[in-house]
Amino acid sequence: MIIGLDVGGTHTDVVLIGKEGLEKQVKVPTDTSALFQTVLTGLEKITEKIPPGQITHAVLSTTLTTNAIIQDKLTPAGMIITGGPGIDPEAFRTDAHYFIVPGAIDHSGREIEAIDPETVKTAADQLAASGIRHVGVVGKFSARNPMHERQIEEIIRDRFDKVFLGHLISGNFGFPRRINTTFLNASVYPVHRNFFEAVKKSLKQKGITVPIHILKADGGTMGLDTSIDFPGQSILSGPAASIMGSVAFAQDGAETLVLDIGGTSTDMAVLINRVPLLAPNGVDISDYKTLIRALKTKSIGIGGDSCVRVVNGRLTIGPDRSGPAMGYGGPAPTPTDALFVLDRSEGGDRELAIKGIDPLASQLGLSVEETAYEIFDKTCREILAGARRMIEDINSKPVYTVKEALQGYQVNPDHILVLGGPAPYFAEHFQNISGYAVETIPECQVANAIGTALSRTTCEVTLFADTQKGLATAPEESFSQTVNLDFSRQDAHRMAAALLKQKAVRLGADAKDIETEMIEDLEFNIVRGFRLMGKNFRVKQQIKPGLIHDYYTISKKIAESCVQSSIDFHE
Amino acid sequence: MLKASHKTGLVFFPAFDWAISATHPEREERLLYTQDQVLEEGLFDVNGITEYKSELVDIKDVQRVHFSYPDAWRVMTESHFISAGGAKTIAKAVMDKSVERGFALVRPPGHHAMRVVHGGRGFCNVNNEAIMLEYLRQAYGIDRVAIVDTDCHHGDGTQDIYWHDPDTLYISMHQDGRTMYPGSGFTQELGGPNAAGTTLNIPLPPYTGEAGFLHALNEVVLPAIDEFQPELIINSAGQDNHFTDPLTNMLFTAQGYSELTRLLKPDIVVLEGGYSIEGALPYVNIGIILALAGMDYSHVIEPGYDPEKLKQTETVTRTVEQTCETVMASWKQREAIGQRLRGDQEFAERRRSVFYDTEEIHETQNETLRLCPECSGALKIDSTSDRGAHILAIHVPRKSCSNCRNLGYQWYESAKTKAYDMICIQDRVEDSYLVKTP
Repeated sequence: MIIGLDVGGTHTDVVLIGKEGLEKQVKVPTDTSALFQTVLTGLEKITEKIPPGQITHAVLSTTLTTNAIIQDKLTPAGMIITGGPGIDPEAFRTDAHYFIVPGAIDHSGREIEAIDPETVKTAADQLAASGIRHVGVVGKFSARNPMHERQIEEIIRDRFDKVFLGHLISGNFGFPRRINTTFLNASVYPVHRNFFEAVKKSLKQKGITVPIHILKADGGTMGLDTSIDFPGQSILSGPAASIMGSVAFAQDGAETLVLDIGGTSTDMAVLINRVPLLAPNGVDISDYKTLIRALKTKSIGIGGDSCVRVVNGRLTIGPDRSGPAMGYGGPAPTPTDALFVLDRSEGGDRELAIKGIDPLASQLGLSVEETAYEIFDKTCREILAGARRMIEDINSKPVYTVKEALQGYQVNPDHILVLGGPAPYFAEHFQNISGYAVETIPECQVANAIGTALSRTTCEVTLFADTQKGLATAPEESFSQTVNLDFSRQDAHRMAAALLKQKAVRLGADAKDIETEMIEDLEFNIVRGFRLMGKNFRVKQQIKPGLIHDYYTISKKIAESCVQSSIDFHE
Repeated sequence: MLKASHKTGLVFFPAFDWAISATHPEREERLLYTQDQVLEEGLFDVNGITEYKSELVDIKDVQRVHFSYPDAWRVMTESHFISAGGAKTIAKAVMDKSVERGFALVRPPGHHAMRVVHGGRGFCNVNNEAIMLEYLRQAYGIDRVAIVDTDCHHGDGTQDIYWHDPDTLYISMHQDGRTMYPGSGFTQELGGPNAAGTTLNIPLPPYTGEAGFLHALNEVVLPAIDEFQPELIINSAGQDNHFTDPLTNMLFTAQGYSELTRLLKPDIVVLEGGYSIEGALPYVNIGIILALAGMDYSHVIEPGYDPEKLKQTETVTRTVEQTCETVMASWKQREAIGQRLRGDQEFAERRRSVFYDTEEIHETQNETLRLCPECSGALKIDSTSDRGAHILAIHVPRKSCSNCRNLGYQWYESAKTKAYDMICIQDRVEDSYLVKTP
């Protein structure tokens, strides 16, 4: 059995899933000031009366690192940077503990300028003198040749508790993003490590020794040990949990738009044949653009509890939330109040809701019912408009080959899957105004925890091979091997696949359940002086986000039982 | 966070699956290292820099500029439609004010493609800038435009297309045609009788360095533009003046290209040639983008940059200065030169031959231009290729008077399909293109 635990803003969902389906589910309130206690309580409750030997592992999705970054509660970390021709790396300064030292590598991995050990030592002295314990080392083009990062690490590693190297964090280009990502990893490292070591210890004291996996922003998991080295990967796993939860409910072969309607906001994503689309570069958090792999999601500030106002004679919804709906005793009218007025939803006090909407109605010169309908309609339309903007954004992504330009593949979802508390009340109207087939995940409010529990381990590998230089490298994997002139594209594919499998197993994947996918496959003739000198291959492979194979049927079963128990709004 | 002080749009279309041939300079690998550099710099993440997806031009966009034989589809590959489309996408973004400036980093290039197209010339089949500009004139009503061509090779195709257009100031600075393909672009090439002076050529001697290029810019290009008062400045940005380019002999640098861009302030930049794919392109392109966006480019120093070694000689300096004086003298006398060329004739004729190096086609053209006092004049080109194609191409200019337009149609109607393989009329007043074939 697998435990899935997803920490949300207001409550934490925990599920236990076995071969028969959902064995147990628990909801505990989230106390953001005592997250450790929240997680521990959740785990204790779910494991009560369950023989520990039956639990294979637990997957946790927490807001720990996310909150540390958003609330700017980062532990100071130092950065040592090497640049090269281009934008002055000073432009990417993270904070005062940022040192640019000599050393440069060019786009093809050649050394342009050597590092200067003395300058590195001086920088390390200053960092150490400022009390810095964790340092990130990032070089421009280190994803092509990590030599300088390693040399610097060698010089400074005895001086600090932990040194993070940029090239190990992602095989993708993007020097400023690599700087940010390495900085965030170094900055959240202590809080992440302390937290999970404490969780592990407490569980052990209670006799629970299951392996712990951490959910990542790309909807995949990694082992706890790996997460200690790459704590940044754990940020923004919350939206990923919900989206992975929706995967079980999506249809095979369909293009599905997922709308997760919450109190404050609506999160959106697109599934193609039950596989969520990934963000092209990496996730953005606070002011940091990163190289952290993440699902392509969009969040708009409209949810069930959004504040409704009349501004210049027009209704506005959100983006702020000032509390629960008035029907639940809240301070301001919300779309949920509109549902109460329209008798589309029960549970709240209709009279209080009417009282909230009445002033808006008189400003608009409409009846309370008409105003409630306008609010309801506008909420649905704005959510759909947000979804359309996301799809346009996905479809306007530039392509770099004639083949892709001519194929012009466009995402065009024909299904909407709505999750979240208010979902069932909006679903029918979505269908009426969009023309899409709309399905809800109504009763099953632990889809996020199910997604967390059943997500497979994901990762990607980038391989460069240059037969002129006679070298194949995957710096992120610390891999380098000589190759002959006859090294072929197929050889590159095989080499990348082997690296990917090793990496996945290392991260905690089941070796029998590894499905690789090619995401970049380019081959270039290297011509110098009009002569063919060799070939340049660029191969990127990934394990795409999805649910664990063994649990595929179980996830389907859970989904069906949820849907059967739901209200059929078509009637 | 980094911010562009001028909002800048980029289309990046490296055509990673298209080449003229496996070892040709115009091959898949050409923009690979530029892509690496652009991505590693994180340029698309800069606040104020937007990447656009290249659209495809349609056949009408091509027919507005070219007479293609046997037709546009057969002289173009898919990549040409996308490359010209990239220029069009960027131009629209600028015109729609989504961005202030734009750069189409596209391949294949286009500035050797002339009005009549029998095949590929100098790695070019259709003219990206002209297709873009004529689209802008049609869709946005743009009139006066300056095109500044900074490729090391003379942009004889763009010159040909705008030879008779007094509303397009075409200025090319390039390596002297006596030492470089295509062997044209001398100071006395100043445009046709109705457009004298709106073509300016600044041939630069081999081993011209930063000083020479910036001298030509400051002494000829900027003053001429200042006087011409264009609504738009387009830069055909070839990067083969770089000191590492394998096909040319110049000493220009990434800093020089950046500085030139900063001073020229082009609205739209379109990539042309440049074949030092590792040593120059990544740096020159970054420099141009940063300069366009109004960002600091002082750190764009390519490996091997040594200002002392790359300094041009005194002889080069003197030659450049003299050339610039000659060009400016012609510019100042352009009215008189035009009058002298027109004389009191009703028609001007010109006979010339064009070589298409890609497929080794020889073409002979007999051109007839009406010397109209009202407009830039109806134009007729009788073109024969050594492959046996004989075509008649009639161009009715954008601001044609009714007499010239009627004459164009008279030429078209009276031409016998027995005598030609193709007769076509490009009517820029109606924005139409008609073809008669046997």
